[in-house]
Amino acid sequence: MPLTPVITAHWDDPDCYTLEGYRRTGGYTALAQALKTDPDEVIGTVKDSGLRGRGGAGFPTGLKWSFVPQNDGKPHYLVVNGDESEPGACKDIPIMLANPHALIEGIIITCWAIRASHAFIYIRGEVPMPIRRMERAVAEAKAAGFLGKNILGSGLDLEVVVHGGAGAYICGEETALLDSLEGRRGQPRLKPPFPAVAGLYASPTVVNNVETISSVPYIIKNGVSWYREMGTEKSPGFKVWALSGHVKRPGIYESPLGITMRELLDYAGGMRDGRDVKFWLPGGSSVPMLLADHLDTPLTYEDMVAAGSMLGTGTPMLFDETTSVVKAITRWLEFYKHESCGKCTPCREGTFWITGTLKKFEEGHGQQGEIDELVEICNQIMGRSFCALGDAAATPYAPSLKFFRSEWEAALTQSADEAFDPAATMIIPSMSGVGA
Amino acid sequence: MTATSNDTGVPAAAGAQPVEMVTGTIDGHEVTVPKGTVIIRAAELIGVDVPRFCDHPLLDPVAACRACLVEIDGMPKPQPSCAVEFGDGMAVHTQVSSEVAAKAQAGVMEFLLINHPLDCPVCDKGGECPLQNQAMTTGNPDTRFTLEKLTFPKPINISTEILLDRERCVMCQRCTRFADEIAGDPFIELVQRGAHQQIGIGEEPFNSYYSGNTIQICPVGALTSADYRFRARPFDLVSVPTSCEHCASGCALRTDYRHDTVMRRYAWDDPEVNEEWNCDKGRFAFTYLTMDRIERPMVREDGVLRTASWPEALRVAAAGLAAAQGRAAVLTGGRLTLEDSYAYSRFARTALATDDIDMRARPMGPGEVGFLSARIAGTSGPTYRQLEAAPAVLLVALEPEEESPIIFLRLRNAVRKNGQQVVTLAPFASHASRKLSATLVPVVPGAEAQSLANLPSDVRDLLSRPGAVILVGERAATAPGALEAAADLADATGASLGWVPRRAGERGAVDTGCLPGLLPGGRPLTDPAARREVASAWGIAADDLPAEPGRDLPAIVAAIRADHAARTAAVDMDEVPEPVIQALVVAGVEPTDVLDSDDLLAALNEVPFLVSLETRQSEVTAHADVVLPVAVVTEKEGAFVDWEGRRRPFAKALPEATTFPDAEVLSLLADYMDLDPTPRRVSDLRSEIEGLGAWAGERPWDPPAESDAPAHPGPGEAVLASWRLLLDMGVMQRGEPYLAGTRKPSVARISAATAAGIGVPDGQNVTVSTDHGAITLPVEVTEMPDGIVWLPTNSPESRVTATLRAIPGDTVRLGRGRE
Repeated sequence: MPLTPVITAHWDDPDCYTLEGYRRTGGYTALAQALKTDPDEVIGTVKDSGLRGRGGAGFPTGLKWSFVPQNDGKPHYLVVNGDESEPGACKDIPIMLANPHALIEGIIITCWAIRASHAFIYIRGEVPMPIRRMERAVAEAKAAGFLGKNILGSGLDLEVVVHGGAGAYICGEETALLDSLEGRRGQPRLKPPFPAVAGLYASPTVVNNVETISSVPYIIKNGVSWYREMGTEKSPGFKVWALSGHVKRPGIYESPLGITMRELLDYAGGMRDGRDVKFWLPGGSSVPMLLADHLDTPLTYEDMVAAGSMLGTGTPMLFDETTSVVKAITRWLEFYKHESCGKCTPCREGTFWITGTLKKFEEGHGQQGEIDELVEICNQIMGRSFCALGDAAATPYAPSLKFFRSEWEAALTQSADEAFDPAATMIIPSMSGVGA
Repeated sequence: MTATSNDTGVPAAAGAQPVEMVTGTIDGHEVTVPKGTVIIRAAELIGVDVPRFCDHPLLDPVAACRACLVEIDGMPKPQPSCAVEFGDGMAVHTQVSSEVAAKAQAGVMEFLLINHPLDCPVCDKGGECPLQNQAMTTGNPDTRFTLEKLTFPKPINISTEILLDRERCVMCQRCTRFADEIAGDPFIELVQRGAHQQIGIGEEPFNSYYSGNTIQICPVGALTSADYRFRARPFDLVSVPTSCEHCASGCALRTDYRHDTVMRRYAWDDPEVNEEWNCDKGRFAFTYLTMDRIERPMVREDGVLRTASWPEALRVAAAGLAAAQGRAAVLTGGRLTLEDSYAYSRFARTALATDDIDMRARPMGPGEVGFLSARIAGTSGPTYRQLEAAPAVLLVALEPEEESPIIFLRLRNAVRKNGQQVVTLAPFASHASRKLSATLVPVVPGAEAQSLANLPSDVRDLLSRPGAVILVGERAATAPGALEAAADLADATGASLGWVPRRAGERGAVDTGCLPGLLPGGRPLTDPAARREVASAWGIAADDLPAEPGRDLPAIVAAIRADHAARTAAVDMDEVPEPVIQALVVAGVEPTDVLDSDDLLAALNEVPFLVSLETRQSEVTAHADVVLPVAVVTEKEGAFVDWEGRRRPFAKALPEATTFPDAEVLSLLADYMDLDPTPRRVSDLRSEIEGLGAWAGERPWDPPAESDAPAHPGPGEAVLASWRLLLDMGVMQRGEPYLAGTRKPSVARISAATAAGIGVPDGQNVTVSTDHGAITLPVEVTEMPDGIVWLPTNSPESRVTATLRAIPGDTVRLGRGRE
């Protein structure tokens, strides 16, 4: 399957991130088109396109927009989730860096559709560059009359606020993001009410991922059939992939959904040093791992679920045989333990417990009974926690045990560093010896 | 089995609209509940107790602890039963019938215990701990957790009163949600995250007037109080349902004692009154009960008080009072029970043959007795429930959070949940008013009547809505014409009118006639039919009741002082005129609470015969000829009457106590005076009160015609505004340093222009003075009309009544204070 650069088409242009560069390649033409279209029709187009949310859950975007009650007398808000913090996920930050105006154009079209006059871009606080770049792009768009009062004579007034987070993975959860945006402690909210009914400032709110909204202008400009020519019935369209791990050329690739991991890996030059794939994850650390057997499975929402994983954010991480599964799982759990917001018991206490036990395995001091006990503890979190963070934390261990039980059994007596040379697994050789 | 309920804590719809019911099954049993009922409470109806920590019926659900997970048909994952509403056709499976639910609950319990310390044997909560109990019902006997538990230094003070043990905390957030949702004091909040998450404070300590409630609703021993920590084990305590004796909110309390000592007090559950909350004063301020107690009667001999036997003291007192029949007066303070007040009312009119009786030991106004007699005594006004349902509430000379804290909680709930509109007639919008999003009608103290007569039309419209309520505080009495204007406004708008005194005993004293010219049940002394009803109940002839309305406190004091002046002026004994007031009976009066306290103290000294019925040594007992010790609130049964007019009966908390209540001493006195003894048992007093009931006849009311012109301060002057803060120098808060540590700092409030006018910047000291004295406090510049200065009435460095001899509406001088 060929690559189909759409959002990433002009990233090699030195001025791709400027208003001028964006307009030179057809930017803001979809906007003029959308503003002449009835908002409900815009929603209908996005619905028909089958665009699914790129933040991980894959919820149909047009359907989400249609949940916003109209003529309710309340302000509506669009909140763009740019709090990309998942281990392995790095696609929204590059999009905001290289194509910020696609996001802004998508925001304007979306706000026209859902009748919002205020939008927020919530960007992960640890990454100042996209914050600065988005702020600059918003200023450019405003100066050009794409934001502000009566945009292109359409009657649409729109202000866009770029908001830097304060550094918490949980704020990528949409309701925690809303609390954080309101100036509160970022913890997930009880649902219902869902954001579409009572979101930001208790008003109807659409929360969409950066990539989702950035896709919108291209769908409007090129039409539903163009979009649906790519991908599958249930997973139509193009997707920005971010490959990382032991691949020769990690980075951003864009293709239709349904491309296989093997094809993508070929574009990335294969695994480093001609090594084999030991295990890989299609979309961030929160999805179950897959083996080399699954490299030919199409990367779609439905096929990944059928294979026992999930497409997630579509940011595959690939690991070769130098990798200690015990160590990888322990690192991820340390992340979840650190990022657990503390609101609910299973996630707060469970990640603490699991991580403590995993550390013992990493050091070669695991106990036989603990191998299966960890599964039970994960099951006490899975489906019992308040939000998906707990589920994510409970995900990695069980597949790793299914595929690599012998490594866990070896960890009863042998540390991960003894079993796998830390230097060999390092991606940047000069870093070997710096620390495991 | 089918269970049905329409009383599951779901807010009742306004009016008598039918409640929509839903029917489903729980563990196979059909259950019908009002729509909106959450599953956890529907399950209670069939006797299924789902484990819970974060759930609290009076707090919004958060579903954080996950202890209450249940299975619902059609839902892939177990659901939190505290947050999911029970629905029509829903099939719920709790731990009783679902392995998944039981396993989920057990899993959460295991998680909750991994970082919980095993210090139950030294934990205050041990023995009454929801975590302990639910670990027994839902947890495993053994732990699989073998790693090191998280530890924190313990405990830490989050205020002087509240201690936090972070190791014990299960992060249910009941405390932070209470502080935010109920009290509106979000001074505590979650900080850190993950397993390190903990309750914390910002720069300010947790100085909320309602902070103690967090201890009570904490499902573990994470929050304890400095005054109770390590003092008792729950299983050694005996609990008695009581009522709070502090303010007129009427909180139901639970008094816990061990041996003969009260160890702690908890708010008790009364959905009609305090729900499950109370204020910190009611919770913590009870040490005074045992301080400076008088244990034995005393009589004065050769100018010195000495201990006497009860028979001797009663004999001396009876002789002195018998000699003063028709020339005696009674001051009862505002802190007596309904039954004791009734006994004084009856004793004054029968044994002493006088109508000189006044329960008000506080500033008062000329129109007050008329207002209370005509509109309040023996009536039933708006209730808490009506207050909560009211679309609009006008507050006149009332700061509910300071003066009747449960009213504040009800208003806040109504504002938050029902969109109630509160309007306050006050010199400035207090912090509490802002928490109520109240509309301020700024008023210069003393000019309330004019403001009420000229309210903005939108406020009048609000008050004309069906169900609106006007609450007028006791302080309105000193504003000329304000009570009358409030009554007029109520009549004109149709709003119901409530009177909110500050002390727990005032309403009962009004209802039983401890005011001149007012007989029990709101009966006018001057009405022949009313006289007949009372005389018949008291077994006397109507003619034996005093003929004319008697004196109020200032008139009693003036009469005593005039008598004394005449006595000292007389050249020889034959010329000494017969005193107008020969004897005075005083019960529970703190002289410095009275505006002219010097006069009162002088009168106590000058009156020929003074009988003091008191619990503790005071300036009254110091002047008494006979001191008769009486029971404090824990040593007797009785009832207070809250601001609604609702009886708040309480049992004798300490059964071993042998002290006599006031009514019993009065009965003994009557006996020693060779009169028919008045009833001495509370049950007899109650049935006599009930038998009399409320007056159904005419209530004549002649408000004083002329009201004083409002003060017009000149240069360097200001009109005084003042009210008491909830936690201050009140006598009943003595001996509680931890509670006192949570008091608000004393500040003087003036407007920016007034501050500029005297050259005092924000934060610098201002001196407020009269001819009697001066108070110096730091200024907090406040948005308020110019030419007004507000001081706390009875706070440290600000004893307004005693120091300035001034009340709100008086003109005081302002100047720069020494730093």
